[in-house]
Formats: sequence, structure tokens, C-alpha cells
Amino acid sequence: MSATTRLPYLATAAVSGLLFGAGLYVSQMVDPLKVLRFLDFGAIPRGGWDPSLALVIVAAIGVMFVAVRIGRTRQAPAFDTAFNEPEFKRIDAPLVLGAVLFGVGWGMSGICPGPAISLVAFWPPNLLIYLLALFAGSYAGALVIPSGRERRLAVAR
Amino acid sequence: MDSFSPIPALAGGVLIGLASALLWLGNGRIAGISGIFGQLLPPARTVVWRFVFLAALVLGTLAAAWVVPGLGVGGPAGKPAELVSAPAAWGIPTPLWLAIAGLLTGFGTKIGNGCTSGHGVCGIARLSLRSFVAVGIFFSVAIITVAVTGIVA
Repeated sequence: MSATTRLPYLATAAVSGLLFGAGLYVSQMVDPLKVLRFLDFGAIPRGGWDPSLALVIVAAIGVMFVAVRIGRTRQAPAFDTAFNEPEFKRIDAPLVLGAVLFGVGWGMSGICPGPAISLVAFWPPNLLIYLLALFAGSYAGALVIPSGRERRLAVAR
Repeated sequence: MDSFSPIPALAGGVLIGLASALLWLGNGRIAGISGIFGQLLPPARTVVWRFVFLAALVLGTLAAAWVVPGLGVGGPAGKPAELVSAPAAWGIPTPLWLAIAGLLTGFGTKIGNGCTSGHGVCGIARLSLRSFVAVGIFFSVAIITVAVTGIVA
């Protein structure tokens, strides 16, 4: 039995998911319009701009920053043999192009992948179409770029 | 600034940070939602914990909506959740608009290895240069997209 199917590992994933979902609701980032009101910088001079998203992400980064420092003092996480830290470091074309395309999709909808899953709780009209497209896009992306750590690292050298 | 909600924003951000911290220190995994669901697809590895995490994310949203009702959308006292439509003058049906947005987001986060959570929260906290670049680009492009579509008005 691999580490990732043992009970403490799965329980950690479950509690993390619960906290993440609660955070998306409490911060109201589950509401696409709330997200778009942050991205609407035209409203800064006009009035009505909503900076909430910036506070959400800064607070989350602050907590995670401490966790990363704590992690650096340890050999391994509590329930697996190693931290899965990305080893691919290069700024390459897929990173840049991917961020551009994601930025367009996010700006069109006010939805990024976390809230997309979170919204399943409230199941608004057309969510299914969005989710199917999200999975199809992700699958297409996996066919286009070299997937797997070893292959990407080999390309990087 | 009528919709600015600093206290729920900070509280929700701390919850998201704690979720990410727990998954990192417990399982050594980055709480990047695009990566977690993207690898449910073939060639899939370690599907079980990913499914557990995503199901719990939905349940956590529902539970919070019952415990703290009336914060924005969803739950017993909230407005119904609603997705946005294309700008009226563009004449694009809503399902098509959302399908294009979903395809771009799925494809972009896959080839760019992350979204708002993986790059935005975890990557910045790890001081990853790739994440700083990705976050700078996708925030800028999203802000430009909203300006071009005028979708908020």
C-alpha cells in the first residue's frame, strides 16, 4: 500500500479540502462577480472597486509562507517520505503562454479552478458546461506539453 | 467600495492558507486546485487523495454556507450563485462564452502548471520565480480582459 492511500494521508487531504472550501465561501471568492469586481481596475478612478481578493490572497500567502519555513526544517512531511516540491525552475514558453490563456479565461468568467469546484456546492446554471470545458482544456494541455517530471527535467537540461 | 469586505476576506484567506499549510506539512503536496483535478485524468496517478480533497472542498463550501449564512452567494441566506454572461453587445450565448473560458483556463493552467492557488498562494509562499512570473502575467491579462469586455458594468 503506497503512502498516498493510508488513512492519515487521506484524512489530511479531507481536512485540507474542507478548510479550503470553507475559505472560498467565507472570503466570498466563490462568487464570480465578486472576483470580477476586483479585476475591474477601471472602477478605481470611477469608484466601486472591490479590493477584497487582494486581502484573501495576502492572508493565505502569509500563513503558507510560515508553513513553508517550518517545512524547510524537516526532512519529510508527516505522512509521506518527501515534499513534492517542483524541481523545474526555468521560465519557459509554456509557463508564459499558459498564464496568458488562463488570464483570459479568468477575466471572461471570474472563475478560477478552486471556485469552479467550490461552486458545485451551489450548482448554478451552466456550471456543468464550464466544468466539462475545464477538464477538456486540461486534458488537451496534457497532450501538448511533455508531462511527467523526468521528461520536463530532461527538456530543461 | 460598497462591496469591499475586509474581515471575511482576511478570515477566508487564513482558512485557505491553513488548508495549504496542512496539505504541505502533512502530505508534502501543493494545494494547487488545477493540478489536483488535472491529474484525475489519464495518465492518472494517486487519484484517491485527489478525489477525497475535491469532494471535501465542495462539502467545506456547503458546511460554511450553513454555519455562516448570508455571506454573499449560496447557502440558506445567500443570493443564488450565478455565472456571468458575455457582454450583451457581443451576441455570444452564455454557454458558449463559459465553455471558451473553461477551455482556456483548463489548457492554460495545465501547460502553465498552476492557477491562483498553486502559483498564487503556494508558489509565492515558496518564493518560486516561475510562480511570480505566472501570477504577474495572469493577473495582468485578467485585468485587461475585464477592461476589454466591460463585463462588470
